[in-house]
Amino acid sequence: MNDKLQVARRWFLEECGVGLGSLALASMAQGATVPSAVNPLAPKAPHFKPKAKRVIFLFMAGAPSHLELFDNKPQLAKFDGTLPPAELLKGYRAAFINPNSKLLGPKFPFQRYGQSGAELSSLLPHLSTVVDDIAIVKSMATDAFNHAPGQILMNTGSMIFGRPSFGAWTTYGLGSEAQDLPAFVVFSTGKKGPSGGNSCWGSGFLPTVHQGVQFRASGDPVLYLSNPPGVDAELQRDSMDTISKLNRRRLEKSGDPEIATRISSYEMAFKMQSSAPDLMDISKEPKHVLDMYGAEPGKPSFANCLLLARRLAERGVRFVQIFHEAWDQHGSLVKDITQNCKDTDQACAALVKDLKQRGMLEDTLVVWGGEFGRTPMVQGGSDGRDHHPNAFTMWMAGGGIKPGLVMGETDELGFNVTKDRVHVHDLHATLLHLLGFDHTKLTYKSQGRNFRLTDVHGHVVEKLLA
Amino acid sequence: MKSIFLLVPLLLPAQKVDFVQDVQPILKKSCNGCHGAALQSGGLRLDGKVATFRGGVSGPALKPGSAKESVLYQRVMGMGEQARMPMGNKPLPAEQLEILERWINEGAVWPDGVGAASADIKKHWAFAAPKRPDIPAVSDPKWVRNPIDAFILAKLDKEQLKPSPEAAKATLLRRLSLDLTGLPPTWEEVQSFVRDKSKRAYEKQVDRLLASPHYGERWGRHWLDAARYADSDGYEKDKARSVWFYRDWVIEAHNRDLPYNQFLTEQLAGDLLPGATQSQKVATGFLRNSMINEEGGVDPEQFRMEAMYDRMDAIGKGMLGLTIQCAQCHNHKYDPLRQEEYYKLFAFLNNSHEANINVFTPAEQMQRAKVLNGIKEIEADLQHRHPDWAERMARWEQGLRNRTRWEVVKPEVDDISTGGQKYLMQGDSSMVASGYAPTKHRAKFTFTPQLAAVASIRLELLNDPNLPLGGPGRSIRGTGALTEFEVEVERSGQEKAEKVKVVRATADINPAERELEKIYQDKSNKKRVVGPIAFAIDGKDETAWTHDAGPVLRNMPRNAVFVLEKPIDLSDRRTKIHVYLKQNHGGWNSDDNQNHNLGRVRLSVSDDAQAEADPIPARVREALAIEAARRSPQQVQSIFSYWLTTVPEWADAQAKIQALWQEHPEGSTQLVLAERDDRRMTNVLERGDFLKPKQEVMPGVPAFLNPLPAGARGTRLDLAQWMTDRNAPTTARAFVNRVWQTYFGTGIVETSEDLGTQSAAPSHRELLDWLAVEFMESGWSMKKLHRMIVSSNTYRQVSELSPELLSRDPANRLLARGPRLRVEGEIVRDITLAASGLLNRQVGGPSVYPPAPEFLFQPPSSYGPKNWYEEKGANRYRRGLYTFRFRSVPYPVFTNFDTPNGDVSCVRRVRSNTPLQALTLLNEPLFLEAAKALGERAMQEGGKSDADRIRYVYRRTLSRDPEAVELDDLLSFLNRQRERKLGETQSWTALARVVLNLDETITKE
Repeated sequence: MNDKLQVARRWFLEECGVGLGSLALASMAQGATVPSAVNPLAPKAPHFKPKAKRVIFLFMAGAPSHLELFDNKPQLAKFDGTLPPAELLKGYRAAFINPNSKLLGPKFPFQRYGQSGAELSSLLPHLSTVVDDIAIVKSMATDAFNHAPGQILMNTGSMIFGRPSFGAWTTYGLGSEAQDLPAFVVFSTGKKGPSGGNSCWGSGFLPTVHQGVQFRASGDPVLYLSNPPGVDAELQRDSMDTISKLNRRRLEKSGDPEIATRISSYEMAFKMQSSAPDLMDISKEPKHVLDMYGAEPGKPSFANCLLLARRLAERGVRFVQIFHEAWDQHGSLVKDITQNCKDTDQACAALVKDLKQRGMLEDTLVVWGGEFGRTPMVQGGSDGRDHHPNAFTMWMAGGGIKPGLVMGETDELGFNVTKDRVHVHDLHATLLHLLGFDHTKLTYKSQGRNFRLTDVHGHVVEKLLA
Repeated sequence: MKSIFLLVPLLLPAQKVDFVQDVQPILKKSCNGCHGAALQSGGLRLDGKVATFRGGVSGPALKPGSAKESVLYQRVMGMGEQARMPMGNKPLPAEQLEILERWINEGAVWPDGVGAASADIKKHWAFAAPKRPDIPAVSDPKWVRNPIDAFILAKLDKEQLKPSPEAAKATLLRRLSLDLTGLPPTWEEVQSFVRDKSKRAYEKQVDRLLASPHYGERWGRHWLDAARYADSDGYEKDKARSVWFYRDWVIEAHNRDLPYNQFLTEQLAGDLLPGATQSQKVATGFLRNSMINEEGGVDPEQFRMEAMYDRMDAIGKGMLGLTIQCAQCHNHKYDPLRQEEYYKLFAFLNNSHEANINVFTPAEQMQRAKVLNGIKEIEADLQHRHPDWAERMARWEQGLRNRTRWEVVKPEVDDISTGGQKYLMQGDSSMVASGYAPTKHRAKFTFTPQLAAVASIRLELLNDPNLPLGGPGRSIRGTGALTEFEVEVERSGQEKAEKVKVVRATADINPAERELEKIYQDKSNKKRVVGPIAFAIDGKDETAWTHDAGPVLRNMPRNAVFVLEKPIDLSDRRTKIHVYLKQNHGGWNSDDNQNHNLGRVRLSVSDDAQAEADPIPARVREALAIEAARRSPQQVQSIFSYWLTTVPEWADAQAKIQALWQEHPEGSTQLVLAERDDRRMTNVLERGDFLKPKQEVMPGVPAFLNPLPAGARGTRLDLAQWMTDRNAPTTARAFVNRVWQTYFGTGIVETSEDLGTQSAAPSHRELLDWLAVEFMESGWSMKKLHRMIVSSNTYRQVSELSPELLSRDPANRLLARGPRLRVEGEIVRDITLAASGLLNRQVGGPSVYPPAPEFLFQPPSSYGPKNWYEEKGANRYRRGLYTFRFRSVPYPVFTNFDTPNGDVSCVRRVRSNTPLQALTLLNEPLFLEAAKALGERAMQEGGKSDADRIRYVYRRTLSRDPEAVELDDLLSFLNRQRERKLGETQSWTALARVVLNLDETITKE
């Protein structure tokens, strides 16, 4: 082997501290091997032994009403049609309504389920079957009451654009175990994309390899994955080999390790061309699994994406995030939220069951929630609620989350948190903790200071830990 | 373990606190890390007596005898609004707080000689104005072509390294062309350079490339990163915006080598320069590249402040090279920048309108001059032919009837009725539409006037600098349409308000009926029209009043008067009037620019049942209000321009003028800043929260930087002067460092966004200072700076790495070799298009839409449906920097190659190397088109033999001939395809595709 290659390889090993495990050995046409350069996505150990190895984040964009789903408020029903107490509204700003609007009673009946006795509304019959596997946090709070800033806050820990997303931080901290798939995969399944746009899964100031890669539930899952018209598999393989051969000649001449990385990127791309379609083909799943999710091969749906999320998790993908933008019920609350739950409830419960059956729930963190909650006050006639940052509900499962937990309380109207408040920053601190990180130490230096997902805030919520 | 704590002597209340035993350990453990010899956050050190008592930027740390008045104690207690110390750590334990309290209250006795003797505050190198350093002596003076080489070689000497030899001419020209223009050289250019044996051969190439219009594109794009340029608003709606005039201004400013100090000045304050030109106003677009949030339910002021913070951030990173945004919420943790000083800088920018002006290309400007001069000529001709015009006009003026007296009302707006749009109340009781812009709504206004009876209601449409083209509407052309004007009266004690019929409506503009423009189509399949004011009271949802009478005229203030069937009796003082402005003539998609709303409205009432709309424009009314003898010639002319429209026998001239107006170019729009007349107050905001204003501040600059120039009045122009002063410590350094970074991959200071105390140590500090001084003293010429750098021997070295260099200096900070770097995303594709011959080299113009997957712009991928009009003509092959940039849906090819999306200012791009890049180059449609074009071109123009054609492909793509082995590799690849019966065109396409995918193709070597 060429002298420069030897040196380049030694340099990776010594200077970059990468073990053999992270060297993708690409098989070349002539049988020679070239080491990949430093792979920023090579698996890394976190600060301490993690409970969760991967995350599936079900982001319910638009902000679901906690009052119709999780937070049973009989008093709100009682005061339906009356004005809220004045002291409650001091300094309160609402997006659309005059805060001094009449209270609106909950639209659906609640019932207790499982050993935990968690209360759920009649909209969530499927979730009711897994309440003992999940933890419901009724005391979430955030700072934002407009969608884009709220979503950016929930996803990046800041209302200011330009910060890395939770998924990006996770792959920055842990790398990825998927050799031929992106480390951070994003689906969008709602009526539209999230208000925060691509920044919801951006890499901010982290290296761009950490940004989420958008997958589509139909067609090419990844952009530019398929060979273009006129290029068959044989030509693609031959082209790849010739590109690599010529790149290797250049590497021998110039000695720039970047070329070695380029060679391995092409090899990885070629592998992805076969592994990604295989991953997407859910028709190979047994019928009972498809039925459990309510998934139908070839018909893009939230259910399909959740099944795909499980398949991605199985293949070592570190972070899967599903954006389901559908929950902004300023009006038509009853009709729309009923439909949303029909679209999502079964698959969410199925994901928890499926992961559990496969023994994957232990180290897979599932998170469900939106960017804020909704007002106990009515918007419009009698069938809508405005944005509400003071209190909302999320649920989590697996990955070291305490199963069967119902945590936190809000006041009688579901307006303010009264017990065990969990701010977005606290949620992030806790999720990072489960991934094996001290959230104050997972940092990246940019613009003269160390940044972190939780900025200068956040406390691990011990109660949530199993 | 617990017992250890018991060994710590407990302080007994009677004992006096001992500094050495009790206090100093606390300071050492919890304070001196940031406030000590190594670091003096906030200019404060707490490791010595003198320094501590002197204090830092917040004043003396101690007031002996009173802990509560001592800054040190206040800060560790978390009193006041500043962050609690130690910052970012747990609060001090109660017993330590008590020790500090007692020590201070007991007089803060600090024995002499204890602690550090030095009280020096290290002045950070970058906070002093750069001085020209001596040029160092070097081992090989012959290698030194200019002082850059001396600084580089001196360091290499120290490291006992030798520079690399000069790169081959072809390599060098490709490097130079990519660096200066972002395009590879043609083979003819390479050949002519190789053949040129003259002494100035290289310099000639530098001159040629610096004079190329593509120089401005390449380096303009570099600036546009810092300027966070994008063609859309960002946030949820992410509507398209028109700002390409700014982009073209940046390109053009580079091409004419506008000195960098002026380049900054025009971007900060071009509108305030005497006799500001269109281009100088356009330059302030830099400040307007901030995102705009118009999602439903936003408080416009909140997001105006977000935009202000963004401007500050862009000025900090892009111009000052400082992280000033840290001081938005609190004093800067590391640099001596106080929060108050941040808001003083902020105050320079706060006094502005967010304006949107009509701009014209040079051709349009000529057309515009033709129209305006034509009108002037007709008017002059009338005056010439009718010398008695002045007397006639005076008689007309005397005959003007007494106008109706109007009572302006200040209505309450029903928030729900506005569909999320905010009507912001102004001092004159008018309301400006702001925030979310629904395409259909019926806004409800309620008021109780002073008048005893109301017989008529007037609606004024007014201009506002914050509306598109100044309004008076909110559409992209500053127009609006009034579908219906409806009135109700609500008498006290009555259950329901009752409708009041409007029997007559007049307006000062009544365009003929016409169909609604395409952009307002609402998919209802109904024929929707606009026209005269009668349409606003006809009870039909399909008709509306428009004030759009064509260019310029559409952006005048207008008024309409509505007479009620019978007067409303208001004598009980409790009766309320509701006015509804139904605005249903917008399009179907409120996430696009399809609103057709009124922009600034004011309502007045009168008891005059004969009231009519005033036909005389506001500007003419103003002139008429002035005593005739005191009117300026312009005022007289403006009265004349109106009056001539009332003279029956001048119908011919009127018609000609009307016809001329229709020839006025539409032009384009551009977001700019415009100064407000009344100064807006600036306050320090507690933790950056706009709802928590604290003390007021006036414009000012941080004390640790150069002082404001004498006579400064706090305008943006003063800010620009201050920033471009010869003694500004960071302005020139930050810029030359970024230019250096672009050439060599890493800046002399690696953290190019931050030259502050937390910045990375410079690799060649004296070189940076030398370059900064040279840059300023040679008239801030960017082209001279580029010439200096690319002329150096440092730049001309080969980029190949010896094994020794790889291990000694993997990041090439010492520059013992030339740079070898993958080019930026836009240039990746520019190279491909150039090599294939498809490239359209047109400079400037509106942004274009190369092929992109359509689904990206539609829900559920995008929040709202976006228009992506895929180019079918030559615009398909424009350079990457002209690709339309939606912030929320960035063009995926460029995203895959690390192009920032413009959410925030970016002065340092990441350079990644990923499988997605491979997939893009291999499979993206435009790259494939390029491969096909290159393959076909090789067959047609590349010569007869396969080898010649392969050479042709190499020359076009890599500016060199293939080596023998490479030729063999490609020949056998080609033959394998032929064996597979792939066909010639396809085989050559495949071969071109291979070459276009080489690492070398997208790399500056």
